[in-house]
Amino acid sequence: MIAGLARQLAAREVSSEELTRDYLARIERHNASLNAFITVDPDKSLAQARAADARIASGTAGPLTGIPVAHKDLYCARGWRTTCGSRMLENFVSPYDAHVIEQFDRAGAVLLGKTNMDEFAMGSSNENSFFGPVRNPWDLAAVPGGSSGGSAAAVAARLVPAATGTDTGGSIRQPASFTGISGLRPTYGRVSRYGMVAFASSLDQGGPLAESAEDLAHLLAVMAGFDPRDSTCIDRPRDDYVGGLGGGVKGLRIGLPREYFTKDLARDVAEPILAAIEELKRLGATTVEVSLPNQHLSVPVYYVLAPAEASSNLSRFDGVRYGHRAAGYRDLNDMYCKTRAEGFGAEVKRRILVGTYVLSHGYYDAFYLQAQRVRRLIARDFTDAFAKCDLIAGPAAPSVAFDLGSKDKDPVQMYLDDLYTIPINLAGLPGMSVPCGFGAKGRPVGLQLVGNYFDEARMLAAAHAYQQATDFHLCVPPGFTA
Amino acid sequence: MLSREEITRLARLARIEVPEGEAEALLLQLNGILGLVEQMCAVATDGVEPMSHPQDVMQRLRDDAVTEADARELFQAVAPAVEDGLYLVPRVVE
Repeated sequence: MIAGLARQLAAREVSSEELTRDYLARIERHNASLNAFITVDPDKSLAQARAADARIASGTAGPLTGIPVAHKDLYCARGWRTTCGSRMLENFVSPYDAHVIEQFDRAGAVLLGKTNMDEFAMGSSNENSFFGPVRNPWDLAAVPGGSSGGSAAAVAARLVPAATGTDTGGSIRQPASFTGISGLRPTYGRVSRYGMVAFASSLDQGGPLAESAEDLAHLLAVMAGFDPRDSTCIDRPRDDYVGGLGGGVKGLRIGLPREYFTKDLARDVAEPILAAIEELKRLGATTVEVSLPNQHLSVPVYYVLAPAEASSNLSRFDGVRYGHRAAGYRDLNDMYCKTRAEGFGAEVKRRILVGTYVLSHGYYDAFYLQAQRVRRLIARDFTDAFAKCDLIAGPAAPSVAFDLGSKDKDPVQMYLDDLYTIPINLAGLPGMSVPCGFGAKGRPVGLQLVGNYFDEARMLAAAHAYQQATDFHLCVPPGFTA
Repeated sequence: MLSREEITRLARLARIEVPEGEAEALLLQLNGILGLVEQMCAVATDGVEPMSHPQDVMQRLRDDAVTEADARELFQAVAPAVEDGLYLVPRVVE
C-alpha cells in the first residue's frame, strides 16, 4: 500500500532505489506469464528513484515521492515508447509528456513501466493488443479484463503498487473487478486528457488502479486538477480525497437500481455484491430502490458514439508525421490505405468503419444525433436517481473474468458485457470498483459504486469504510505472494 | 443492413484497405454491430437536446498568443520520412 511504503521511505527503512529494484525484479520474474508490461526501462526508472531519494533526504517529499507507478501505454511519456497496444505506434517514442505524467513527475513518483492494453483502448479482455493478451494473475486461463488489463494485472500480482488506466466504457472498473483490485474512473473533465492518446473524446477519462481506496485517494490527488490544454477539463478545485477518507457511510443513502439485479447478473456475482451492500448497511448506510429505465439503451448508444469519435480521432494515423508507414504503395492514397490496413488490428478497423458509417451522409441524423439524444435520456435517469440517493451500488460486470479465447469470436457478445459500466461513461459520472469477494472458479468480484458529479471524495470514503471492515482488497493471487 | 458495395465505400472513406477475401466476414461483423445499434433508433427523442459533453460546458476561449516553442526537430524525429525539415509523402501533383 502506498501509505505504508511512504512511511517506510520517510523512516529510511528502504530507499526508493531499493523499492524500485524490488519491483523490477518482480516484473522480471512474473511478466513472462502475465504479459502485463509492454515496456520497462530499468535505467530510466532507477534514475528517477535516485532523484526521489535525494528529495526524501532533503525533506521535500510528498506522499508519492519515490513510489513506483506504472502507466497504461497510452499516456505519452517523453523518451518512453508509447504504443497504445498497436502496431501503428510500435516504435513511437513520445516527444512530450501527458499532463498526468507531468503530475506524477512533480510528485516524485517513479515511472516503473508502460502497461499492456487493448489496442487504442478498444476492448474488454485485453485480447486486442498487438503485443499479445494479458493473463489474469488469479487464473492464467482467464482474461484480466480490458482495456486497462495490463495495469490491473500488474497491480493485482503486486508487480507495481499502483498504475494508471483510462475508462471510456468501463476500462478501469471492469479489469479492476476481474483482478480483485480497486479502480476509479473520475468525473468526466476531472483529469486532463492532454497527452492521453484519444479514443472517444467525450467519454475518455483517466484514473488510478491500486490495492485500496486509500491508495486511490493518494493517486487521484495527484492526477485530478485543471489543465487548460484539455478544452474539456473542468476548472474547479480538487477535493481533499485523502483527508476525506474517514468520512464513513453513516446516513449514506445507497441507491440500488432495480435494473441492475436481474437474471442477466450471474448468481456467483450477485451474492458477493448483495453481501457487500449488507456490510455497508451494517456500517450505517441505508438503501433505497432507484430506477434507470433507459439503461438497456446504453450499449447501443455507446456503439454509435464511441466508434464515431474514434473514426475521427484515429484519422490522424496516416503514416506521415509519426507511427507506422507501409513499405510499398502506388500513390499517396494507397499509402494511407495500406498503412492503416497494416497498422490497425481487426477490432480497431471494425470500429473505425462503424464510426465512418454513422457519420456518413444520410445516416448522421438517424444514428449520431439520435445517439446523442438518447445519451441525454440515460444521463437524466441518473439525475433522477441521485435525487433519492447519495451513491449507487451494483456490479461492475455481469460475470467473473471469462476464459481467454472464449468471447473473441463475436464482438457483439463482448460488447453486451459492458452493460453496467457504459451508462456511467455516457452520463460522465465517476464510478469505481472495489473487490468484494470471489465467484466461480475462485475469480474475483467487484462492487461498483457510482457517485454524482465530482463526488469522488464521498465514493472513496465509502469504499475506505468498507475496506476497513473487510479484507478482500488484501488478498493476493496465490502464485504471486512471493 | 450494409451491402458489399457499402463496405467498399466505407473502406475507401476510412482509408483502410480491405482485401477481397476479408470483405464477407467484415460485412457480417459490421451488420452484427449495426443490429445492436438499431435498438436505439426507434426511441422517441422529440425535443431532447443532443448531449455531447456531460457538463454541457461551453468551449473556453484563450488569447491568440504563441505558447509553444519551436520543437520541429524533436517532433520530426518520430516521422517515417523527412527531408530539410519537411515531411516526405508520395508525389501528389505531377
